[in-house]
Amino acid sequence: MLLLIGIYSTGLFAQGYEVGDIATDFRLLNVDGNYVSMADYEDAKGIVLIFSCNHCPYVVAYEDRMIELHNTYAPKGFPVVAVNPNDSIAEPRDSYTKMIERAEEKNFPFDYLVDADQLIYPEYGATRTPHVYLLKKEGDQFRVAYIGAIDDNYRDASAVEEHFLANAIDALLAGEHPDPDYTRAIGCTIKVQD
Amino acid sequence: MKYIGTIIIMLAVFAGLNFFPVYASPVSAEDKEIEVMDFDTFSPRLEMDNDSVYVINFWATWCAPCVRELPAFEQLNETYSDRKVKVILVSLDNPDLIDDRVIPFMERMDLQSEVLLLDDPNSNRWIPLVSEEWSGAIPATVIYSAGHRSFHEREFEFDELEEIVLPLIQ
Repeated sequence: MLLLIGIYSTGLFAQGYEVGDIATDFRLLNVDGNYVSMADYEDAKGIVLIFSCNHCPYVVAYEDRMIELHNTYAPKGFPVVAVNPNDSIAEPRDSYTKMIERAEEKNFPFDYLVDADQLIYPEYGATRTPHVYLLKKEGDQFRVAYIGAIDDNYRDASAVEEHFLANAIDALLAGEHPDPDYTRAIGCTIKVQD
Repeated sequence: MKYIGTIIIMLAVFAGLNFFPVYASPVSAEDKEIEVMDFDTFSPRLEMDNDSVYVINFWATWCAPCVRELPAFEQLNETYSDRKVKVILVSLDNPDLIDDRVIPFMERMDLQSEVLLLDDPNSNRWIPLVSEEWSGAIPATVIYSAGHRSFHEREFEFDELEEIVLPLIQ
């Protein structure tokens, strides 16, 4: 019964990118005051794009792991780029000023951008924070290689059994396709104004 | 007599180990309780085969839109509980925060619907078992009865819930 409904309903869920799609570049304000585009990462082999924010407890639970992922994989060509998609009026804790504060507190080694016009996250199809889009660079383009969760245990990094994102990046580095290339996780809804 | 002694010892041991997944503040009989379970224990509630309408809402105390819509679910529960509408509020809060956060919240909101806490960190496994449509964002709600099943990744108001539930009441 559940399965049948699942199959029937997947057709309704087609907004945003799927694995294999080409991801659009953007130009978004970073916490350092500069605008950043994916094209700026000239030497990268890809980008670990994570829709993120300040206030969400699931994000907070993953911040240290995001830093660690960046420190491990940026030197291998896959930097983390965090994008805050939340409206700062709907969620004042996710304002640009608060983003700067959080980035300084946690000493983020990665760029932390604001999707101020809320145009990028719907194009990607992000629905929550954290929501990962692993992009593989092909010439001047970025192709979606993995969508989903960072790993299988938000609460306890030491109890993680499957490092979905790290495994997916390792697969790309080995010239393989990530398996799985789509996972899910509970997260905070992206905040928009009423 | 021997058996009673054994049972008391067993209960004491289990309570000491927090073995029973039921947490209750020990202040008074009025206090709220919350049952904690993993997905496999919870999942039969998604497939009850009877003449009730089930409204299962996934929420958390930290989720602002979830908290905002809880009164609508409470109103649904209060209005239709005698007409076989069963509201279940499934908290996805961190179980470490039950005593400090979840129970006080339930008391402050005076929640009357059934509340349980789903403690199963590998949500990638069970999210699609709730609904293939679910990306994982909350609030999210499953509404089902004998002839209907729908999933909603959105925030509800009371009249919107009523509009879905009312035609399903037998």
